Amino acid sequence: MKLSLGKWLLPVYSALALLFLMIPIGYTFVYSFNDSLKSNILWRGFTFDKWLNVCNVQNGAVCQAFGNSLIIGAIATVAATTLGTMIAIAIVRYRFKFRSQTSLLLFLPMATPEVVLGAGLAAQFLSLGVPKDMLTIILAHTMFCISFVVVTVKARVASLDPALEEAGRDLYGSAWQVFARITFPLLLPGILAAALLSFALSFDDFIITNFNSGPVTTFPKYIYISAARGIPAEANVLASAVFILALVVVVTVQVSGAAKARRQAKVS
Amino acid sequence: MAFAAFSSTAAPSTDPVARRRSPVALFLLLPGILYLVLFFLTPLVSLLLTSFQAPREFGDIGQYDYAFRWQNYVEVVTTYWPHIVRSFSYALAATFFALLISYPLAYFIGVKARKWPLLQSLMLVSVIAPFFISFLLRTLAWKQLFSDESFVVQSLKALSLLGPEAHVTGTAFSVIFGLTYNFIPFMTLPLYTTLERLDVRYLEAGNDLYASPFQVFRKVTIPLSMPGIVAGTLLTFIPAAGDYINASRDFLGGTGTQMMGNVIEANFLVLQNYPSAAALSIILMTVILVIVSVYVKRSGTEELL
Repeated sequence: MKLSLGKWLLPVYSALALLFLMIPIGYTFVYSFNDSLKSNILWRGFTFDKWLNVCNVQNGAVCQAFGNSLIIGAIATVAATTLGTMIAIAIVRYRFKFRSQTSLLLFLPMATPEVVLGAGLAAQFLSLGVPKDMLTIILAHTMFCISFVVVTVKARVASLDPALEEAGRDLYGSAWQVFARITFPLLLPGILAAALLSFALSFDDFIITNFNSGPVTTFPKYIYISAARGIPAEANVLASAVFILALVVVVTVQVSGAAKARRQAKVS
Repeated sequence: MAFAAFSSTAAPSTDPVARRRSPVALFLLLPGILYLVLFFLTPLVSLLLTSFQAPREFGDIGQYDYAFRWQNYVEVVTTYWPHIVRSFSYALAATFFALLISYPLAYFIGVKARKWPLLQSLMLVSVIAPFFISFLLRTLAWKQLFSDESFVVQSLKALSLLGPEAHVTGTAFSVIFGLTYNFIPFMTLPLYTTLERLDVRYLEAGNDLYASPFQVFRKVTIPLSMPGIVAGTLLTFIPAAGDYINASRDFLGGTGTQMMGNVIEANFLVLQNYPSAAALSIILMTVILVIVSVYVKRSGTEELL
């Protein structure tokens, strides 16, 4: 009796813990169907209306903020992924001076609280007289994404067999051909993972954005500003849509990965 | 160095590849490093300089001149010491609870669920699922679930577990609860990565040597998962100490729960008191760096024992 209780305790606990993590997600999703007025606090009945007319509220302020977040996320992702991938390749493949200093410089942004990163950049923009707008947000997001890209891509570069590149060179491939035909395709899964991570970090960032956005509103900033007077259900709609999209992508990748692992396990 | 704590979450590198010395390295490194110098390092210097600024004589609000006004630090510490204490104690509490909640979960996913790769994958997706939905909306959801009219609070009051005049939101409890909830995935993932690689034969050896399950856990499992514990607690503690969304009055906090982040935000963006905001930021960062380096060093030696 005691044994079976012990056996079930951990799985049941884990299921409950995951359920706990899901509570606010479920709440946000359910309330995206609330037939609410200005604020979305009391349940007033079920409707698809908010999903069908997302941009109608407040002259499309929610959608504009959402669009800004998409643009900022896209540009910052491309910039950070490019810069971070280059650093990751250099760190794994080459010898250079100031190696430990470079690692420290890459580690520190991840160990610095966002409020310090945000205030620091804002202080610099202030002293240089740079007006805050979309560009300052993009510059800030690129900065904090680089380190995460390096960490993600580095693991992939390290697992890459250098013999493959050597074979390319032996077959008279130019440095560029070796990179474009061998290195890059092999690194691509890592680079894509890093890009997805960057986009997610940028898209959901509030603290650093708040310090460097000036009049520009992003999706998280819109929620923060509206929190005092109530958030329209349309924000829940957009957040739920993003959630479903991300979930579909990740589940597909994970399930296919698990299936692949099982096939490989069977073969070996 | 401290960054070893984070690199432990990465896959084991298949080094030792002979690293070459080449001008290509410079070309690859320079743009990114220059970017971090310009947009990470110099802003920190800028913050340090700002923290010593003095108000301009006969100037408007928000006008400051470079000076060496170290009294700024004395002023912010005497004015805001409750916020400083609160930041670190709330972050510590949240880290403790997140570890308590995450460890069994990570252990189940990483060790017990090994036999079922699909279940393992789906559970991992569930752990990171909160990342796919806005951090602020998640926090607001808790605020509404804990509001005075909510089912949860009404039931607690009906059961007399909560006084008729008591509130849940706006208390230290709700802020620590919010921080714990929001950072559980940051704790669970690094724990999972180390536990996933845990060799269960060590645990079996402990059992064979007549150790009780608790002894095996304390003497074998915990030491072997130390890298994950260090990485997870850091990934929780650092952002929690600087967070100001959970403690904000519009979210889970109240006037008596404001943390350093709230004060830095208010001083910088509302009061335009840049030197105070900068001085507080420097204090926050310094304390965190000191805590992190001491912690990593200590846990590193414990691991060796």
